[in-house]
Amino acid sequence: MLTDIILTLAGAFLVVIFSLIVAFFLLGVDRIVTARMQARIGPPLTQPFTDMRKLFTKENVVPANAIPWLFNLAPVVALASAITILLYIPIGGFPPVLSGGGDLILVMYLLTLPALALVAGGFSSGSPYATVGAQREMVTMIAYEFPLAVVIIAIAWKLAVSGVPLPFMLMSIQANPVWGLVGPLGIIGILILFFVLLIVTPAELSRIPFDTPEAETELAGGVLVEYSGKNLALFTLTQGVKTVVMASLMVALFIPYRLSALVPAPAILQPVLDLLFYLILVVLVAFVAVSLIRVSMARFRINQVVSVYWIYLSLIGIAGLLLVMADHFIGVV
Amino acid sequence: MNTETTKKSTPYTVPIGPVHPALKEPVMFTFQMEGEIVKSVDFAPGNTHRGIEWMGMRRNPVQIVHLTDRICGICGIVHSLSFARAVEQIAEIEVPPRADYIRTILHELERMQSHILWAGVAAHELGFDSLLYLSWRVREQSMDLIENLTGNRVNYGIVQVGGVRRDISDEQLPIIEQGLSYYRGLLDQMKTVFLDDSTIRMRCRDHGLLSYRDAQLLCAIGPTARASGVAMDVRHDYPYCAYGDLNVHPVIPPQEFGGPHGDVYDRIIVRLLELAQSIDIIQQCLDNMPAGEILWEKKIPKLLSVLKKAHGEAIGRVEAPRGECMHYVRMDGNDAPATWKVKASSYSNLMSWIPMLKGEQLADVPIIVASIDPCMSCTDRVTVIQNGSAADLTKEDLTRLSRDKTRRLSQC
Repeated sequence: MLTDIILTLAGAFLVVIFSLIVAFFLLGVDRIVTARMQARIGPPLTQPFTDMRKLFTKENVVPANAIPWLFNLAPVVALASAITILLYIPIGGFPPVLSGGGDLILVMYLLTLPALALVAGGFSSGSPYATVGAQREMVTMIAYEFPLAVVIIAIAWKLAVSGVPLPFMLMSIQANPVWGLVGPLGIIGILILFFVLLIVTPAELSRIPFDTPEAETELAGGVLVEYSGKNLALFTLTQGVKTVVMASLMVALFIPYRLSALVPAPAILQPVLDLLFYLILVVLVAFVAVSLIRVSMARFRINQVVSVYWIYLSLIGIAGLLLVMADHFIGVV
Repeated sequence: MNTETTKKSTPYTVPIGPVHPALKEPVMFTFQMEGEIVKSVDFAPGNTHRGIEWMGMRRNPVQIVHLTDRICGICGIVHSLSFARAVEQIAEIEVPPRADYIRTILHELERMQSHILWAGVAAHELGFDSLLYLSWRVREQSMDLIENLTGNRVNYGIVQVGGVRRDISDEQLPIIEQGLSYYRGLLDQMKTVFLDDSTIRMRCRDHGLLSYRDAQLLCAIGPTARASGVAMDVRHDYPYCAYGDLNVHPVIPPQEFGGPHGDVYDRIIVRLLELAQSIDIIQQCLDNMPAGEILWEKKIPKLLSVLKKAHGEAIGRVEAPRGECMHYVRMDGNDAPATWKVKASSYSNLMSWIPMLKGEQLADVPIIVASIDPCMSCTDRVTVIQNGSAADLTKEDLTRLSRDKTRRLSQC
């Protein structure tokens, strides 16, 4: 029992350290790739580390009309909940640290926590920009939740009807790649669902075109406008961790393959291979969902964000779900 | 949280400015908001007044021409041209035709770089940063061209009372041609990138509306007025420099884009079409360029002695990239002019913000504010201070002040 706890703690510690490094690496790659696509040179890969070190040496400024305890609590809650998600999703081909305890439903709920903390922080800063930003963050959150749920339910449903036990557990999803369970119609359906998840990611991470809550040119940073120093660093860390979470989630749901299963390698090298393969996948997914969409679009208005998610993406997601279902029932008949 | 929800239902105030990422130059906006909707808006300029007219009143016209270069950050030629034309009219100086053509070429090159700069700023305000970087990269070509012709990227120092200070040599002609063909090749691409992009159309079409009637009532000018369908352009209505010889027509949004709506999208269309027009004008200038002198009088002391004897008043008008720019000058036989009044183009356009912004979403404020291409440093001619802080002047105060000034002017 005691060894279990110690092992879990050590695992959690390792996962957090590894994920933070991956998060900064992803941020750095995103900045360089974006810069190159915009005809700029961009900062070195280590820039996010440097930024973070600088932010942690700066003082926290609490605005005069803020609610100090809530204002200071929000970033801690955001980072803590983001890190908790990390313990429930498989990273680098390894099973989740808390593999026995939670499933995708829990991950979905945990994903809303950092956003809620951001909203609370925004409202408590007492700035009109932050207030408007917090309202927008809430609306955005409500908007992308439905398409995200559609994706997760579609995949879990397919696993359930295929006779996989515990279909919402990420371990069972990873053990039974969904592509292998469906016919040609279902493959189209799953591709559509993958696309939906790719478009949900920029909103989850507040990136252009869905960075309406932060909106540099109109709200000067929106929800984050009053945050500085260590508090801002915690929110930036949250952002990085969320990037890893979303990328890992996409990899776990749609590309749950291991290189070691395909390439014969000595047993000691297998984890290294898996880890490298995972890193490549994460960078690719993050490139498409974050960098590529970001450089090719203008920011949406908040009502456009809502209509994009509630009308277009929901319809597309449901179409994907229906295709997967149709595929199953044709297969059964 | 409770206080926030009660606040949300009643109009609340969002201040934007004087310094804010949405604004490229300082101006103070106060928005009364209801949710995301702008209920009413007020603005207060006067944050970047530098007393340039005051400096000018202690200098002679040849010195002032170079001071006028510094009125605007990017319009290096419209103010100096406008001032020089006013002085030339007073002293009855005839500018050599070649100088007129060189002035026209530089004037249009400046319009090109200014419109491309604006396009980049507009893209940034929409949150489309890739387009900002790419626009500003292609802008470099026009900056290089201007540097090649004048020796400077900004503050060209090319205009002189009675002509221009540098000739365009035969070796420079192919360089200009090369620059023009570069932009000709780029025009279609720019139109596609700006006008066919669905996110830009979603954000700009039917937003920031300025009706034809409002444009006329508020005396809007330049691309702002033309986008609302007001066909006016100083280059066409009151030709100056070489424009009388050239084929120039006011650009209004054509039928292929559904005619003038008076929205932000139309202002993008007008500026992109004016880019094409400027290329065409420079080409016409190059084809018809006369030979001859470039200055009415080369020797500065001789020019100054003529200017010192001049008596009278005149208005110099030019069509700046943002609209009509006007300089009023009055000379009374002294070194320095008796009066010098600068009216920059943005001054006439600022009031159109009010109808444009009313009823729009907060998200559209930056692009609508930027859509008239405001230049605050050009516009701010006065800051009113009473007891150490900024004060407001009423209509009565302004009437009294202008009557006083007219009386003062009529005495000299």
